Amino acid sequence: MTENASDVVVQMTDVHAGYLPGINILNGANLIARKGELIGIIGPNGAGKSTLLKAIFGMVKVRGGEITVNGESIIGLKADKLVSRGVAFVPQTNNVFPSLTIEENLQMGLYQNPKAFAERLEFVTGIFAELGARLKQRAGSLSGGERQMVAMSRALMMDPSVLLLDEPSAGLSPVRQDDAFIRVSDINKAGVTTIMVEQNARRCLQICDRGYVLDQGRDAYEGPGRDLLVDPKVIALYLGTLAEDAA
Amino acid sequence: MTGSIKRPKTVIGLDGAAAPGVKKADPILVIDNVTRQFGGLTAVDVDHLEIPRHAITALIGPNGAGKTTLFNLLCGFDKPNSGTWAYDGTNLAGVPSFKVARMGQVRTFQLTKALSLLTVLENMKLGAPGQRGERFWTSMLPWLWRAQESEIEAKAKELLVRFKLDAKEQDYAASLSGGQRKLLDMARALMSDPNLVMLDEPMAGVNPALTQSLLDHVLDLKERGMTVLFVEHDMHMVRHIADWVVVMAEGRVVAEGPPETVMDDPAVIDAYLGAHQDVDLGVVTGRVAGELDTSAIQLLDEIEAATEAAAEGEPERRGEEEQK
Repeated sequence: MTENASDVVVQMTDVHAGYLPGINILNGANLIARKGELIGIIGPNGAGKSTLLKAIFGMVKVRGGEITVNGESIIGLKADKLVSRGVAFVPQTNNVFPSLTIEENLQMGLYQNPKAFAERLEFVTGIFAELGARLKQRAGSLSGGERQMVAMSRALMMDPSVLLLDEPSAGLSPVRQDDAFIRVSDINKAGVTTIMVEQNARRCLQICDRGYVLDQGRDAYEGPGRDLLVDPKVIALYLGTLAEDAA
Repeated sequence: MTGSIKRPKTVIGLDGAAAPGVKKADPILVIDNVTRQFGGLTAVDVDHLEIPRHAITALIGPNGAGKTTLFNLLCGFDKPNSGTWAYDGTNLAGVPSFKVARMGQVRTFQLTKALSLLTVLENMKLGAPGQRGERFWTSMLPWLWRAQESEIEAKAKELLVRFKLDAKEQDYAASLSGGQRKLLDMARALMSDPNLVMLDEPMAGVNPALTQSLLDHVLDLKERGMTVLFVEHDMHMVRHIADWVVVMAEGRVVAEGPPETVMDDPAVIDAYLGAHQDVDLGVVTGRVAGELDTSAIQLLDEIEAATEAAAEGEPERRGEEEQK
């Protein structure tokens, strides 16, 4: 693959990482996200999908390899430094402050640069129009899908170089899942480089520019999302019979 | 599935046709109007549900359907916003989990709860109820509990042999693999001679090589006269061992019935895949060239309706917040 270095936003090279001493969850994972791309990461349970995002966001110790954002190494940086380097992370659960209002949640996202609030709010409500009308509502009174949207909005407040999403569809009903995927696509279309980990492999591959299939902590396959969607190896391994039924 | 003898399924006696909330001939658990909310999120809203005795009942449903939350409520690990449920005719609402366990209803967890710096055998012995040596004064008088202790140990060893963990008896629980920990959890639950065994995702994260033996152990429980209620994602397992299947979606019971028929229920297919599974989101989002078909347009309408309903139906609420 030819690399235009100035285009690459996130690059992971041969990353090893794990939680317990001696046990690595990531065993040499590679990943590249270029400017404006929507990257999907799929794989079976325990393949290391969430760990990969956590490695980028410094929530798990990286034991080997290199991770760069905009050409600079980010290994060992604390969360606040990562945020100021332009990395935004949306965890899978507990991703809003339930006792704060939507507006306050969004303000928390802009903790390092409060002056830009009005401008960023405009950007975010351009994608999540319904939030703009409900800024005074408490996040704790929202449904799962709405919370996910508040969480994504908060992450977007800092105008990140890359947005990391950990299973944005998790725990949502089918219609709400599709809604979430459409929103992720909208965010990406607005110019945000996005890396999304998903268990809903079909939907994820339908919208992403490129997909990675993780297996046992390594990137087993990589390719354009639409190609992986019809790749017999990927279908057999991870999409399962549902994909065949629907095809 | 290979390697095991096909065992007969139990036929569940019903009072009426198989539908959500149908009355069973001999229920062990009866649940009425149980609701649990986390802030604005209704995690469980079950009108009426009966779990049949001496059978294996599977509780299935997509992510976020409320299966584990219902489990936690039934075991006293969590309190509902409303509702009652009865185990063997005894009302369990408000009864704490340790008392529920003493009544013969034990559970395992999705994430195993082994005490990693105790040995496998010590973990097992912890599961035995009513140990005299646990009392403050008696603990200092070993002759009062030594006999019971050796009984417990013998029972623990017997169970470990059954679960093929006897070779690991003196190893720290931390050294077990994920699948072996699941076995240890199940074996430990049996130390209290339960009547109702509740398993939360017994297959989650288990090495495929161990699945068959886990399945056999679950089937064994029924043969030994216990009732099993389990939450599971693995459809093959459900089809293989469940006598009765209860399907939840968005907190409600949307279908129940024998596994062969319930999987074809349109309500179940919708709950899992959505009515618009055929829609290509690549086309909907304009990433791939193509025309929006009727199903795609319906999907967009439904999303819009859901968004509007959420905006109108939920006024500003104060007081309740905290999600799980």
